[in-house]
Amino acid sequence: MKAIKGVEVSIAASVAAKLAKVEVIAAYPITPQTHIVEHLADLVADGELDAVYINVESEHSAMSACCGSSAAGARTFTSTSAQGMELMHEILFIASGMRLPIVMASVNRALSAPLSIWGDHSDVMAARDTGWIMLFCENGQEVVDAIIMAFKIAEDKRVFLPLMVNLDGFSLSHVIEPIDFPSQEEVDAFLPPYDPIYTLHPDKPVTMGAYAMPELYTEAKYAQEMAIRNSKVVVKEVMEEYGKKFGRHYNIVETYNIDKADVIFVALGSVGENIKTAIDSLKDQGKEAGLVQLRLFRPFPAEEILAAVKGVKNIAVIERVMPAGAPNGPLFQEISTVVHMSGAEVSMTNYIVGLGGRDVLPEDFEDIYNDIVSGKNSELQDEKNFTVIGVRA
Amino acid sequence: MAKPMDKYKWHELNVGCVIEEVGNASEYKTGDWRSQKPVWSDSKCIKCGVCWLFCPDAAIYRTEDELYRTNLNYCKGCGICARECKPAAITMVEDER
Repeated sequence: MKAIKGVEVSIAASVAAKLAKVEVIAAYPITPQTHIVEHLADLVADGELDAVYINVESEHSAMSACCGSSAAGARTFTSTSAQGMELMHEILFIASGMRLPIVMASVNRALSAPLSIWGDHSDVMAARDTGWIMLFCENGQEVVDAIIMAFKIAEDKRVFLPLMVNLDGFSLSHVIEPIDFPSQEEVDAFLPPYDPIYTLHPDKPVTMGAYAMPELYTEAKYAQEMAIRNSKVVVKEVMEEYGKKFGRHYNIVETYNIDKADVIFVALGSVGENIKTAIDSLKDQGKEAGLVQLRLFRPFPAEEILAAVKGVKNIAVIERVMPAGAPNGPLFQEISTVVHMSGAEVSMTNYIVGLGGRDVLPEDFEDIYNDIVSGKNSELQDEKNFTVIGVRA
Repeated sequence: MAKPMDKYKWHELNVGCVIEEVGNASEYKTGDWRSQKPVWSDSKCIKCGVCWLFCPDAAIYRTEDELYRTNLNYCKGCGICARECKPAAITMVEDER
């Protein structure tokens, strides 16, 4: 029988990176990511992980060092949060443009100002168009499985793109959960060593990251765009293989109780578990709600979302970021684009929850369901196209 | 590059636009940008090599007679050689092409 251990999710994430046999880690500690890189530094210092841990002076340098090590042919891992991701921002584009399969655990946190160390999706939503593949995790077990799958996806010859594994700050990163770790032998059988297409090596010199003239830039960006769009197939394949080998099955879009639902919630990250609790409670009251949860956010799984919400009358998009002057939040805009472009007639509402670590309760989703079904939400959203849950008027 | 860059289709590019032929920058004739070119007065030239040393494009070379000239394929006409030449042996002149 397998030993399932109670572990802090951050520690579990670093153990997953160890199981993936990362060779270089360049990271700068920032709350709430700190425990991940601290534990990796311990593993390297204690000789348990045969890797180089590069102490850098900022996240800009951390991502730059990761680009260098990945280009040199080393399996590379890093982790960041919030302001750290912003400081990495320009290098995030360089990693994806140079097609370097770096894996990053992104522990989602609110952005300053005002200063907040607690969880929301402000950081990742500001980086959503940097060309990284993005997975979102609902619990600690998913974080471990996603980090192991991440290298297999990113290093696939059809992909060669960096990948971000997103987990919610504190509500995931700092909780202790029972985790089933695969054995090193199992992971080795699943994940072969990194086999780069090109490496920086004096015996066969190449130029990486050269400039492209206007005659070539469009073609280069188009090639990159096709790579991220086509990576969806690889993500599906790897998830399927992972399910067969490890017994935990994942889909790029997960659904819960969608068949008879009057309202379908669409959400990212750990909030999905609270929504499921709300759905179960509503079911006890004879009310039917469903959940569509995106495990994959980039590339955007448009067809899978459309299939999941087909025929539903109400969609409530739940997100953890302020729209920043946009008509709606970013997830809502993307969901509504694919839904409305498909010609479906559906009422869509946008709810902003859990900013800067504010508690999100299952009752909040029951209230949302009741507001939508009773038609109260239309007056709530009269003056703007979104509703912020819990804001004191 | 094996062919002019405006002939490449998107799927023909290397992953990450890696350039496999090193040193191919020499195929890119930066001298095309030039509006002025340096002209040496060999009688004033003291053969010190300061122009050669300062040329940011390494476009200046020494002839067999130990005189200095520029490779017009790469000389951008920046005028640094003329500015640094102590005996004022170099004059920048309009490059009519």
